[in-house]
Amino acid sequence: MPPRYVLRVTEQPRLAEQNAAILLPEPFVRWFGEKGWSPRVHQLELLAKAQSGQSVLLIAPTGAGKTLAGFLPSLTELANRPKRKPGEARRGIHTLYISPLKALAVDIERNLGKPVEEIGLPVTIETRTGDTPSHKRQRQKLAPPDILLTTPEQLALLIASNDAKRFFEDLRYVVLDELHSLVTSKRGHLLALGLARLRAFVPGLQTIGLSATVAEPDELRRWLVSQASPGAMSELIVVTGGAKPEISILDSEERVPWAGHSARYATPEIYREIKRHKTTLLFVNTRSQAELLFQELWRVNEDTLPIALHHGSLDVAQRRRVEKAMGENALRAIVATSTLDLGIDWGDVDLVVHVGAPKGASRLAQRIGRANHRMDEPSKAILIPANRFEVLECRAALDANYLGAQDTPPLVNGGFDVLAQHVLGCACGAPFHADTLFDEVRTAAPYASLDRPTFDRVIDFVATGGYALKNYERYARVRQTKEGLWRVSNPGVAQQYRLNVGTIIEVPALNVRYVQTGSRGAASRGGRVLGKIEEAFLETLTHGDTFMFGGKILRFEGIRENECFVSNAPGSDAKVPYYGGGKFPLSTYLAEQVRAMLDDPQRWKKLPEQVADWLRFQADKSVLPKRDDLLIETFPRGNRYYLVAYPFEGRLAHQTLGMLLTRRLDRAGAKPVGFVATDYALAIWSLADMGWMFKNRKPSLATLFDQDMLGDDLEAWFADSWLLKRTFRNCALISGLIEKRHPGKEKSGRQVTVSTDLIYDVLRSHEPDHILLQATRTDAATGLLDVSRLAEMLSRIRGRIMHKNLEQISPLAVPIMLEIGKMPVNGEADETLLMDAATLVEEAMGPEMMD
Amino acid sequence: MNFSLSRATLIAEADPVGIACERAVCDRRGVLYFPDLRLLAVSDLHLEKGSSFARRGALIPPYDTGATLLRLQAVIADYQPRIVVSLGDSFHDGGGAERMHLSFRERLEAMMAGRDWFWVAGNHDPDAPADLPGETVRELAIGSLLFRHEPSKLRVEGEIAGHLHPCARIVQRGRSVRRRCFAGDGGRMIMPAFGAYTGSLNVLDRAYAGLFRLETLMAYMLGAERIFAISGSMLRPG
Repeated sequence: MPPRYVLRVTEQPRLAEQNAAILLPEPFVRWFGEKGWSPRVHQLELLAKAQSGQSVLLIAPTGAGKTLAGFLPSLTELANRPKRKPGEARRGIHTLYISPLKALAVDIERNLGKPVEEIGLPVTIETRTGDTPSHKRQRQKLAPPDILLTTPEQLALLIASNDAKRFFEDLRYVVLDELHSLVTSKRGHLLALGLARLRAFVPGLQTIGLSATVAEPDELRRWLVSQASPGAMSELIVVTGGAKPEISILDSEERVPWAGHSARYATPEIYREIKRHKTTLLFVNTRSQAELLFQELWRVNEDTLPIALHHGSLDVAQRRRVEKAMGENALRAIVATSTLDLGIDWGDVDLVVHVGAPKGASRLAQRIGRANHRMDEPSKAILIPANRFEVLECRAALDANYLGAQDTPPLVNGGFDVLAQHVLGCACGAPFHADTLFDEVRTAAPYASLDRPTFDRVIDFVATGGYALKNYERYARVRQTKEGLWRVSNPGVAQQYRLNVGTIIEVPALNVRYVQTGSRGAASRGGRVLGKIEEAFLETLTHGDTFMFGGKILRFEGIRENECFVSNAPGSDAKVPYYGGGKFPLSTYLAEQVRAMLDDPQRWKKLPEQVADWLRFQADKSVLPKRDDLLIETFPRGNRYYLVAYPFEGRLAHQTLGMLLTRRLDRAGAKPVGFVATDYALAIWSLADMGWMFKNRKPSLATLFDQDMLGDDLEAWFADSWLLKRTFRNCALISGLIEKRHPGKEKSGRQVTVSTDLIYDVLRSHEPDHILLQATRTDAATGLLDVSRLAEMLSRIRGRIMHKNLEQISPLAVPIMLEIGKMPVNGEADETLLMDAATLVEEAMGPEMMD
Repeated sequence: MNFSLSRATLIAEADPVGIACERAVCDRRGVLYFPDLRLLAVSDLHLEKGSSFARRGALIPPYDTGATLLRLQAVIADYQPRIVVSLGDSFHDGGGAERMHLSFRERLEAMMAGRDWFWVAGNHDPDAPADLPGETVRELAIGSLLFRHEPSKLRVEGEIAGHLHPCARIVQRGRSVRRRCFAGDGGRMIMPAFGAYTGSLNVLDRAYAGLFRLETLMAYMLGAERIFAISGSMLRPG
């Protein structure tokens, strides 16, 4: 045990320096002195808490020396460790560092290696990621480093090996970086289970979580420690302050468009800012926006400034080139998506430009933290709204940032599919007793409320698939021994498991490759690879179609053997728009801010004049919704009747609402024809006059928007939705029902997709309560459909629906009306398309030719 | 979704297709019916595919055999055929018939009773299924028709085959629709796979090269309510 210090660290730096001498071993004090630095208060505070045996959550803005703080307890302890005597057994791993990104682990190795060397510590540091060669991994097993930097997937693999307990027996600390981004996903669930396992191996294990600012730190504090005593929390250190960022919204001289996401109107103004600054980082929300902005900037780039593009679909080599150039300060601007989101710092960025709405204030804070990576200098950022609603959203985000309000998605209960993977992993490591493992699993925060019957069903699933029809006993993957221990039935099971570990499911994607220049005909191939693109998008292309990718306009030449072949099509316009890439919903907090702003004409003064005018027009022609109300407008247009609702709850929730409302309107005889959802509003159009129907309470809007739509209507729609099939596929892969990889051959996405769809259909009709279908429904309800948010909204607006029956379209409705026709209506219209195709044939050939 | 339609109604409602000199009905459920012969052909049932996977460690739901037989039962009840031809790969592997649950075996035998039943040998099930009635044949000629599992490389008028699990894809208004299909050019017909867990392969894939006269190729795509006859020129690969 390390010596225990009971210390109160106050905010006075001088006192901190005195304490530093007590806490820090001499070489550290000397090193700080040589650098002309003094340890920061939170670094010492964390050290003191860790030395007194506690786990700690450190919340601090970028540039606050978080990484060093996280490693100080390990480094000081390792510095004081007596030298190994000859003949003494090798020591195991002392500290495990886990980060969500491989790149981050590599970055840390470099950043930590420097002080370790300068202080002269006898500490070895190594990374272990998917890229680590197998000989090195084997060597690490025999001669482990003191500090191992790795990812959640690698931890799962280490736990599933049969010497895991011995390998981790000397472990003292687990440092979890970017914890706020890890915990919200299934990776977080797997990691939480892994931590529970480590705690079972080493009962005194301490965790140190490093996180950006979050709305609910207590959730993370629980996550860091064993929930054996329910609700237990780690210690908390919050570093506030840092200079406030200087953020402005671009007050464009151009007209801000009603709808759309390109922000093309602002290109010359963005270019002017790039010229004014040393290095500008331009963030966008989707890959297609990145491509478009990059094109537009080069169109106006008269000075041929070095402007680069960076997003997750580009070829790795190209991304590395951009990152390198950035580190060397050779670039003036980089257009990027969320791939650059997490705390990697490169180069001297002095301006962050955010194009499009920032969707969630904490995301904004993270991105702005990129500029001027020193805590004491203000960061500088400009927001570029792409349309008028985004102006409102940017304004709200800006106010929120100044208020320091932060939000991350709420933590959800751990998935059964992840648990199934973990249970099999445990069995691969060593035989387990169900009672013991159940208790252990419940110490992980995401699984704290797991009940025993469900846990037993998960084991049953791992063993034989968990089907009511007990057909597979003889094929069981794990079996119970006479002593009641579960063990894998053969070594092949463990081998399979190791190939398929992890929760990251790749969307089926194809390589985009140039047709070899100079060669002709179908046989030519072998050009350069540009990156990867989703199969679903490529399926809609025909030979000769042009689209944008990797900053170029490309012509689609065809698909051969899982590769998409393209050629350059300079000078032409991209014909096919590309909607791919990540889309974020509006955070609850921001949505509320936007509604509050609409309700308060005083706040319009801060808005650009043209936008304020728009709102005044709306007040004049219709009405503006009150902060907690839901405004519904109905009006005729062409030969259709329109209903437009403004819940501001995000596209996913609106889409689900649209699906459910159209079902209800159909039953009420309104003959709905279609709907479209954006982040801000929902529009439904029909053949019958909905305005008249609502006025005469046939049905009333209160009935239409009743919460009971989340019962039977939702269930009925679930039954046949393609969304569920996609979710089921993920659950099937994560739970190990279907393998991502088989020794020797990797299944292509297509093969897996086909079979899981078929499996879904069969399972749903024969065993609708199967645990994997339960997992699928839960996932879809939280992720794809945002049902919980819809439920909150429906309960909020009870008795607060404001109906305005208009003669014509209102100003507020213009943006969503412009979306109609742009968005493909998903899913259920396939039969109509087939009918169209069949009819074309009949028209062209005549019915007698149909034989 | 009316399974109790009379045979006469079913035949009258569907557009009959000509193969060699015979008239056939492509049923949207994936079976081919020859009214003049009272013959029903079904291909690639792949019974016991689930348990075949389970043997190798992928414990996919064991309900495929039940699901496939239920659908087969429905079409047989509708058409009441005199002859049934199962065009090969009736079982996913040689041990499938043996592994089949007793209740499924009984259901299958009930369907077979009172009609001529032919098991055409497939690459997955080259031998006769264990302990089941019906006659196992390599191929079967009836009238101007020739039933075999794998389509032959040479042109054979009147050949009905399976094996390739055809599907077709069209793109309309920027959306892609892929469905299982019958693929035929008037001379040869390749049937869609009927089994609950069977995947499919696009008719434009190179595995089909040389099998069809492209100018008369039609894909009869299986819709929810009906068959959609799509001309070969409208089809997309992938």
